[in-house]
Amino acid sequence: MTPFTTHTGPAAALPHDNVDTDQLIPARFMSAPSSAGYGQFLLHDHPDRPRIMGAEILIAGRNFGSGSSREAAVYALVDAGIRAVIAPSFGDIFAANAVNNALLPATVSAADAAALMAHTGPVTVDLTAQTINGTTAFTIPETWRQKLLNGWDDIDLTLSHTAKIKAFSTTYHGTNPWSLPNPKGDTPCA
Amino acid sequence: MKTLFAKIWDAHEVLRRDDGTSLLWVDRHLVHEGSHHAFRKLAGRGMTVARPDLTFGVADHYAPTRGAPATSAIAGMMQTLADNTARHGITHFGMGDPRQGIVHVIGPELGLTLPGLVVNCGDSHTSTHGAFGALAFGIGATEVSHVLATQTIWQIRPPVMRLTIDGVLGGGVTAKDVALSWIARLGTDGARGHAIEYAGQTVRAMSMEARMTLCNLSIEGGARCGMVAPDDTTFDWLHGRPYAPANAEWRTAVAHWRTLPSDPGAVFDLDVTLNAAEIAPLVTWGTTPDQALPITGTVPQTANADALEYMGLTAGAPLQGLPVDIVFIGSCTNGRIEDLRAAAAVLSGHRAAIPGMVSPGSASVKRQAEAEGLHHIFLNAGLEWVDAGCSMCVGMNGDTVAPGQRCASTTNRNFKGRQGQGARTHLMSPAMVAAAAITGKLTDVRALLQGRAA
Repeated sequence: MTPFTTHTGPAAALPHDNVDTDQLIPARFMSAPSSAGYGQFLLHDHPDRPRIMGAEILIAGRNFGSGSSREAAVYALVDAGIRAVIAPSFGDIFAANAVNNALLPATVSAADAAALMAHTGPVTVDLTAQTINGTTAFTIPETWRQKLLNGWDDIDLTLSHTAKIKAFSTTYHGTNPWSLPNPKGDTPCA
Repeated sequence: MKTLFAKIWDAHEVLRRDDGTSLLWVDRHLVHEGSHHAFRKLAGRGMTVARPDLTFGVADHYAPTRGAPATSAIAGMMQTLADNTARHGITHFGMGDPRQGIVHVIGPELGLTLPGLVVNCGDSHTSTHGAFGALAFGIGATEVSHVLATQTIWQIRPPVMRLTIDGVLGGGVTAKDVALSWIARLGTDGARGHAIEYAGQTVRAMSMEARMTLCNLSIEGGARCGMVAPDDTTFDWLHGRPYAPANAEWRTAVAHWRTLPSDPGAVFDLDVTLNAAEIAPLVTWGTTPDQALPITGTVPQTANADALEYMGLTAGAPLQGLPVDIVFIGSCTNGRIEDLRAAAAVLSGHRAAIPGMVSPGSASVKRQAEAEGLHHIFLNAGLEWVDAGCSMCVGMNGDTVAPGQRCASTTNRNFKGRQGQGARTHLMSPAMVAAAAITGKLTDVRALLQGRAA
């Protein structure tokens, strides 16, 4: 994954709370292959779409990315050129998906989000210093910060623990044999 | 002294990094058509599925409910899942399989979901499985590829919120109303980042179907997952299910499961209480699930203008009597046999004033409903009785609500465009949807239930 350290770029405000992932990419577009480029579907039915196109940093309201776990919402943002979303809070699954695609979810206070929405000109998000425009602090779980800064890939990281996982599963299934699916599952239930 | 959540988390922790992030073992991984991104990521790395024996596939999001797939793109989504599961040796419940249905309905129904397990699926409503005392949460496509590749998942340990509901629910008041009630009170991010344990006398008295509805909606209040401590209701429901342990192993499992409930004195990070007696049948009026009010209420004067415009409502308007165009009964929230029974009990002997669709949560629920004759009630009322799938809850298979149409729906999200572009969704319980079907308006089901066995 491409590391994220700092980014300066044009910003746009999406001044609404609860911009859910159904709005970020409506379900009817999700059977398209991601090679088609999901940026064309970003906020497709939202009146603010024209205003945010061309932005690289999005400043949004509370609970951004709530709802459906669809990672396609992140693909749409990234494909449209968005590198960071700044908001007072995020849907949990969305934030995890964002980090897995090098999109920075930066949490700020509601007051700071409002001030940044009023700001004109480019915005700088510095993940090393955890600041926006050099002064406004933002938060992000440290584990996600490190992952973004280093461009770490979870599968690579986990594969370095293969022996430990193998030992765990052997012990765990030895202690909890009932946790495995019963083989008689082939019988259709009534 | 540990919580139910902590007991399961600790038992699944393979390792914990210095930064506090844990690698958890995953007991069950459920995949669906939407998992194609994850399979592609896996293929891109030339990797295979680590534990196909713990991975199960099912067609639900795009599953046609009325015969053939609506478009070739939809058929392609179903075929891709069939191909990916076959390639990796994963058991797949595809179309025509008697075990097919919505992933969060069939997981429990087949006994794949058990107390004490960690269950993952690339779907936010995976919280449903927590009704069995499992730690179950939705994940995104990159995480799905990680679970496929390693049978583990990295997680930051969430704080635990206990939501205690005591008292007896009134007639016509259901788990759906309990869920909408706490979400309306705390907001769509009121439980953000938390694991919820639902506790109290009201929850203990709930059936497994009701507990699943309650846990299903945890995500709509921002929670990571929802759980209910397993008890005899849980064990009785699971006993004899196809994939559940049997004989001596069943007895070992139950003995273990009895140790799972939170210890007396276990400490929760947040405690919230609700009084069941104060909960009325609720309907949502807006475009987020917390915009919910008792059916006897009026649209708030302080209502968000954007939500009002989208929903075609004015502040101060009474909810009762609001004309509805279409009804939908189904989904992972309210598509189980008890939900269909509750709707049928209201609809029995009536004609629906408006069109609508009933989609059972699984092929098994459909067979059971037909064995009980419930389908005759729906068909005689003039509603469509169709096959199992996510259907009109998410509209991916082509079952959508037309622009501007108002739908009384048993589903989980009243988001803009959720049931179709421009669709206006009012969330409520199956009994309340049945009442709306009869009158063609938002209706207090309690009036219709008088003199009827509910």
